[in-house]
Amino acid sequence: MQERNGTKKIRRVPGRAAGTLFPAALALLLVPATVFAHQETGSITGIVSGLKHPVSGMDHILAMISVGLWGAQLGPPAVWVLPVAFPMVMAFGGMLGLMGISLPGIEIGIAVSAIVLGAMIVTESRPPLWIAATLVGFFAIFHGHAHGTELPAGSSGLLYSIGFVASTGTLHGVGIALGLVHAFRGGRLAVRAAGAVVSAAGVFFLARIFV
Amino acid sequence: MRTIDHRPLALAGGSFLAALCLAPEEAHAHLVQTGFGTFYDGVVHLFITPPDLLVAIGLGLLAGLCGAAASRGVAFALPAAWLAGELAGSIFPASFTLPWLTTVSFGAVGVLVAVNANLPRPLLVVLACGAGLFHGFVNGSTMVAAGTDRLGMIGASVSVFLVITLSSALVVSLRAHWAQIAVRVAGSWIAAIGLLMLGWLVRGQG
Repeated sequence: MQERNGTKKIRRVPGRAAGTLFPAALALLLVPATVFAHQETGSITGIVSGLKHPVSGMDHILAMISVGLWGAQLGPPAVWVLPVAFPMVMAFGGMLGLMGISLPGIEIGIAVSAIVLGAMIVTESRPPLWIAATLVGFFAIFHGHAHGTELPAGSSGLLYSIGFVASTGTLHGVGIALGLVHAFRGGRLAVRAAGAVVSAAGVFFLARIFV
Repeated sequence: MRTIDHRPLALAGGSFLAALCLAPEEAHAHLVQTGFGTFYDGVVHLFITPPDLLVAIGLGLLAGLCGAAASRGVAFALPAAWLAGELAGSIFPASFTLPWLTTVSFGAVGVLVAVNANLPRPLLVVLACGAGLFHGFVNGSTMVAAGTDRLGMIGASVSVFLVITLSSALVVSLRAHWAQIAVRVAGSWIAAIGLLMLGWLVRGQG
């Protein structure tokens, strides 16, 4: 072992690591462990299903990102009012669905949400905050009603809800983060173009319902 | 001489007892232990019981939004009440887990965080004591059935202390406006989870 400039140079000895790992592996064999075959079922499938569900449908993805984009366009306080209000109203819609209270035109409402939110972004509409919050909240009920109730059999409802809400909120965050480019001249155009894409996708979703 | 009207208190107590009777459900014991002893089983218990974890985090966020003095009060009131509730639950174990009330309690705390309710310190401490006693009572009932002793209950209370202290201290230390907004968004998520969970309970899939 040599010492240069106050630092020790460690010479690696082949087989030393193996000599350490082998007793450790033996020690593992000496630890008794009882195998528990799925004592708590449904936990992982619940949270994974909840996390995956909002990102498995383009209609939901576009609408959630639009909420973030529009909020970023509107600036404070809308940029935080909309993401605070949306999950609660969406969950209220989900609760209505779970309670068996049906709403008319759920799929139409989801398609129209993409058209309207996209149009708001394209035109850079700046309605009063309460109108923006009401509009977003209105569409949130449709999204919650449609998506909040699709729990796979045998999964935990609570963990599905945690995953679903976290995933939807993350999509809002993605929308807000993308919307930050609105501060730049080129970025402003890009955000409006993204709104046009969302609106066009909404028209496509609506056409698929009727055609 | 000033007289105190006990009727509202009696009405509230009667309503609470009626709610208890209306929401019976079988106790579910945790079948998997950590293997490190009952104290660590108790420590882990909080983290594998989402309603308990959500109410502890929610109260930490709420206390943090209400300031450092309120946080200090809640950081000691919640674990103490939790332990008292656990001991009461272990002595008088209930045969049901009251999922409706645990859901309402964390959902309500989430709403308070989302609306940035600036509660006075005494009210916040009372809220923490109520939540701690109730969740602790349910913990104590189920932990006895699972074979966890008093040491495990102390472990659960230590976990509650750590979660409430860390979460409230984090929020108190936040200075940026956007960071405080992020805390309120987290509250809205907790409230949303509570609302959805109520729907699942109505459906019988909680």
